[in-house]
Amino acid sequence: MIDGVELQNLQEKSKNIRKSIVEMVYSAASGHPGGSLSITDVFTVLYFKELNIDVNNQKDANRDRVVLSKGHCSPALYSTLAEKGFFPKEDLNTFRKVDSYLQGHPDMKKIPGVDMTSGSLGQGLSIANGMALAGKLDNKEYRVYCICGDGEIQEGQIWEAAMSSSHYKLDNLCVIVDNNNLQIDGSVENVMNPHPIDKKFESFGFNVLVIDGHNFEEILDAFEKAKQTKGKPTAIIAKTIKGKGVSFMENQAGWHGKAPKEEEYKIAMEELSK
Amino acid sequence: MNFENKKATRQSYGEALVELGKENNNVVVLDADLAGATKTNMFAKEFSERFFDMGIAEQDMIATAAGLATCGKIPYASTFAVFATGRAYDQIRNSICYPNLNVKICATHCGITVGEDGATHQMLEDINLMRGLPNMTVISPADDVEAKWAVKEAAKINGPVYIRFGRAASPIIHENEEKLELGKGIQFGEGIDATVFATGIMVAEALKAKEELEKEGINIRVVDFHTIKPIDKEMIIKCAKETKKLISVEEHSIIGGLGSAVAEVLVENYPAKLTRMGIKDCFGKSGSAGELLKYFGLTSKDIIEKIKNN
Repeated sequence: MIDGVELQNLQEKSKNIRKSIVEMVYSAASGHPGGSLSITDVFTVLYFKELNIDVNNQKDANRDRVVLSKGHCSPALYSTLAEKGFFPKEDLNTFRKVDSYLQGHPDMKKIPGVDMTSGSLGQGLSIANGMALAGKLDNKEYRVYCICGDGEIQEGQIWEAAMSSSHYKLDNLCVIVDNNNLQIDGSVENVMNPHPIDKKFESFGFNVLVIDGHNFEEILDAFEKAKQTKGKPTAIIAKTIKGKGVSFMENQAGWHGKAPKEEEYKIAMEELSK
Repeated sequence: MNFENKKATRQSYGEALVELGKENNNVVVLDADLAGATKTNMFAKEFSERFFDMGIAEQDMIATAAGLATCGKIPYASTFAVFATGRAYDQIRNSICYPNLNVKICATHCGITVGEDGATHQMLEDINLMRGLPNMTVISPADDVEAKWAVKEAAKINGPVYIRFGRAASPIIHENEEKLELGKGIQFGEGIDATVFATGIMVAEALKAKEELEKEGINIRVVDFHTIKPIDKEMIIKCAKETKKLISVEEHSIIGGLGSAVAEVLVENYPAKLTRMGIKDCFGKSGSAGELLKYFGLTSKDIIEKIKNN
């Protein structure tokens, strides 16, 4: 349960993260706002309610891990990490610039709080499996969260990995599919239909939860259910809206990897400030 | 030298892994349904809890190894060289080499001596692919002693290492590990008539050629490059200065392998003619290992001929 004060706090955080996303993509004049805005609420609950991480002990061997398999949504990850205090918020405006540590896609060796480098789609779930296997080997309690796109799961390696997650009974693993139904070339159904996503993961041996990926209660509840599930991994299919929060970006494939122009930026920031 | 004492370097790999597993609890091993062929089954038998068969899914195997490495494990991931470096190239590039993770890719069945399985299973471009990756160390052992040394040496390096092993039994050329040092070629003989730069099982062929030529009064030297990256520049320049002819020989494409690495050092430091022996920009074929070495011109006789007629 999330009480009123907490709910307000989470809403505030997600609003700040969305503003940072738009601002950093505008400032970089490149980047991926659509999928970043769709995963923002999941990130908000993950980083401000769920994860066992400590900004002052970033490399703690017992910490929970996050793999952003859809690495192009780095604006969401970086904005969340900055909001959490891993690095100064001002640095977000250096995103994608030549002298910045904030690379276009997540780089674990350069960016505080990033557990794994990503960018080439389809690899994150295998990596998360590796982290979860290591946790089992060492009898550690940490959990591993892997965030995939619904277009990304067209990559065959995701299903190789899904087989492994379930084969090795990785109940310390939770994969979240950001199901915004859009990819660069259009709707996922039209490009290469991945549906039914829930049934696919179910048949691969996952505990599957379908939720509203913009509802804090449902997100937190799903994480809780995942923790209680023993002997199998959990897949949370988060139904989301690409570009969520910015009217002209919502449900538009065109905003997958495009930066707003000055006028669009102003409108977006105004909408997100409401 | 006795060339009859033979062992396949994949067997050496299996044996060395077991030893390493005893010494280091962080060593974990992954395979893709080829544990019997790569010899990782020896480790699996000894340390079942640290062995992961990932099934026929090489991309998943390599990326899982990357994940294990982020948590302090030292994964050794094995399958045939063609699948390890070809099918999983992007995983090696983006998830291991770019973040400089501590994963050892130990591939068996490299080169044409895979034999009867033919071209699809004979990897001739792996050195080329792995050598081009930043952060990657590339080791191509010549025999049992070098293979075992390489497995242990790789664990000391905090970063990605690629080691290529062979399927067929090949001569044991070293008595012990005394002369082995990462990144340093091993010179056999002081002859000045020619230098043969060799790697993998071609080192033994080059040494046979050296013995034969001595009988005719032709004195060559052989340099064994077990480490292809980083390459031993000083050794290459020294031999170019001291000897009349330079030849490279490898059970790999002449594009991008040892010959290319030697040529790169020569053109920038001491321009000299180099004759590259290897697979000449083509695919392999079915046949016995011995027949194929003859077919592709990679025997001691072929080396002798090149030295005499070039």
